[in-house]
Amino acid sequence: MAVAGAEARPVAAVSRRPGDPFRRVVGLVATLVPAALLLIILTLLQQAGPAIKQFGLRFLVTSEWNPVTDSFGALPAIFGTVGTAFLALAIALPVGVAVAVILAEPGQTRIRGVLGTGIELLAAIPSVVYGIWALYVLAPWTYEHLEIPISTHAAGIGWLGDPAVRGLLNAALVLAVMILPTLTAISRDVIRAVPRGLKENAIALGATWWETTWRVILPSARAGIFGATILALGRALGETIAVTMVIGNAYVIPHSIFQPAYTLASVVANEFTEATGTIYPAALIELGLVLILVTLVVNVFALILVHSTSREARLTA
Amino acid sequence: MNRNDRRRVSSRAWLGLMYLLTVLALIPLALVLWFTIAKGLPSVIHPQFFFNAELPPCEPKCPAVSGAGVGHAIVGTGVMVGLASLMAIPIGVLCGIYLAEYSIARWSAWVRLACDVLVGTPSIAIGLFVYAFLVVPFHHFSGYSGAVALAILMLPIIARTTEGAVSLIPNGLRESGLALGLPRWRVSLQLILPAAAPGVITGALLAVARAGGETAPLLFTAFGAHLLVLNPNQAMQALPVTVFRYALLPYKSLQAQAWGAALVLIVLVLAINLISRWVLRRQIALAGQL
Repeated sequence: MAVAGAEARPVAAVSRRPGDPFRRVVGLVATLVPAALLLIILTLLQQAGPAIKQFGLRFLVTSEWNPVTDSFGALPAIFGTVGTAFLALAIALPVGVAVAVILAEPGQTRIRGVLGTGIELLAAIPSVVYGIWALYVLAPWTYEHLEIPISTHAAGIGWLGDPAVRGLLNAALVLAVMILPTLTAISRDVIRAVPRGLKENAIALGATWWETTWRVILPSARAGIFGATILALGRALGETIAVTMVIGNAYVIPHSIFQPAYTLASVVANEFTEATGTIYPAALIELGLVLILVTLVVNVFALILVHSTSREARLTA
Repeated sequence: MNRNDRRRVSSRAWLGLMYLLTVLALIPLALVLWFTIAKGLPSVIHPQFFFNAELPPCEPKCPAVSGAGVGHAIVGTGVMVGLASLMAIPIGVLCGIYLAEYSIARWSAWVRLACDVLVGTPSIAIGLFVYAFLVVPFHHFSGYSGAVALAILMLPIIARTTEGAVSLIPNGLRESGLALGLPRWRVSLQLILPAAAPGVITGALLAVARAGGETAPLLFTAFGAHLLVLNPNQAMQALPVTVFRYALLPYKSLQAQAWGAALVLIVLVLAINLISRWVLRRQIALAGQL
């Protein structure tokens, strides 16, 4: 019976005995997920082989994309991907944190419920619907009411010149809307996990609502909000369809944020079905590989940040 | 105005600004819904929109979109999402049970990480993978390969929501089952799973909604078709693919159909979301009773 020194174990520990076939079966089924992830990466690595062999690391820093001469470089696509994602974050972050602060406040649960549901529904709308809306409604509007006024006022500033209906800024605006729910949901949870005592202490010391929020709550939720930001960055980097519809599909590094550009995902979406030969499809798959590896690193980093903060909050609570 | 008044006023001002930003964040939702309804409704009100397949575009002006429809895309989405559900739901639910019931196993931490990473993996990369894995060896695009791509997308969502629902079930239920001498598999599948059913269904519904709206993984797998296709071994059309392809064409009649398809898509997705919310609320109420 009782082994010497055996401590009180949780129920699940019982199943550590060898006679638990159920554990082995579900464990095996669950292994399909990491297996799929590994298989995806290895398959893309293998399929991109010809391009990797041909171009090596040069692929990441050259700008030519010419299927006729079979010379390919990913730099403009990498620039467009990173550029749209960071621009989108810059737009979405202040709004997302403000919404999270409001949603995390106690009281008035009815209004907050409606607001929260609204934000979550933003995440439910399919990417392609954002795309068609951005293409026919948002992009023409920003072109006329944002880009033209800004570029005439900021004449001479290169990166704010040359308005275009489809371009980097419009892609970033759609992305900002699309990543907002990710940003808000996690930030709200992190802000809610801030120990009540901290907030009560600040109020007891006579701090106003804003002083409590800005000097106490947000600083202690900082790491978690940063994690949410990185997670949102991962989403923005990998978003394909909506961006493809408004970015303008120009394989160049644009000189202005209004000008057409291209992202890793949208090059693949637009060109892959028409790619012939061996090097061209392999180069496109290598773009996909670059994308998946970047998002993998970004996501793992973000998950570690979010998990460590929520654990910290549980320990200090 | 003394210092404390200034502090109080500025606090109020910041609170007001944050409420303003919250409302600002909801404006895109209202605009997307409004324009999709306004621009999609004229196409959708024709009943043949739901039954007919695509008609060739007629320019410059053909009588609205009479006769044309996206029936083939609706059927394609239904078939592929259905097949994907058949694959992803059983595997995802078992995976979620493993994550919740054996959460102390070291391997489960890795499975959980893999799920979270797979949720964040760009769907276009999943499309490329399935292309290399299922389309190239069989030399043709197919509904099956589209379904597999969607299933890979759905799997981690179902697994994580199932995990959440199962870990909500109080330990007492588990312990009483084990105390009665039930084997682990019966405790998990016949006792815990039914109690967690609403949460599991919520996860499955959310995954279905997500898969139904995905375009990128279908571009190189199901590819798309111009006719009604019922055999998943052939290339198939899907609603999001219809929106994507038609919206970028210069024909007004096809653009109108793209808006109509977007409206159908948004209504489906939002309906599934609202249903799943309702089911989830029942789960929370139920877990409170246990």
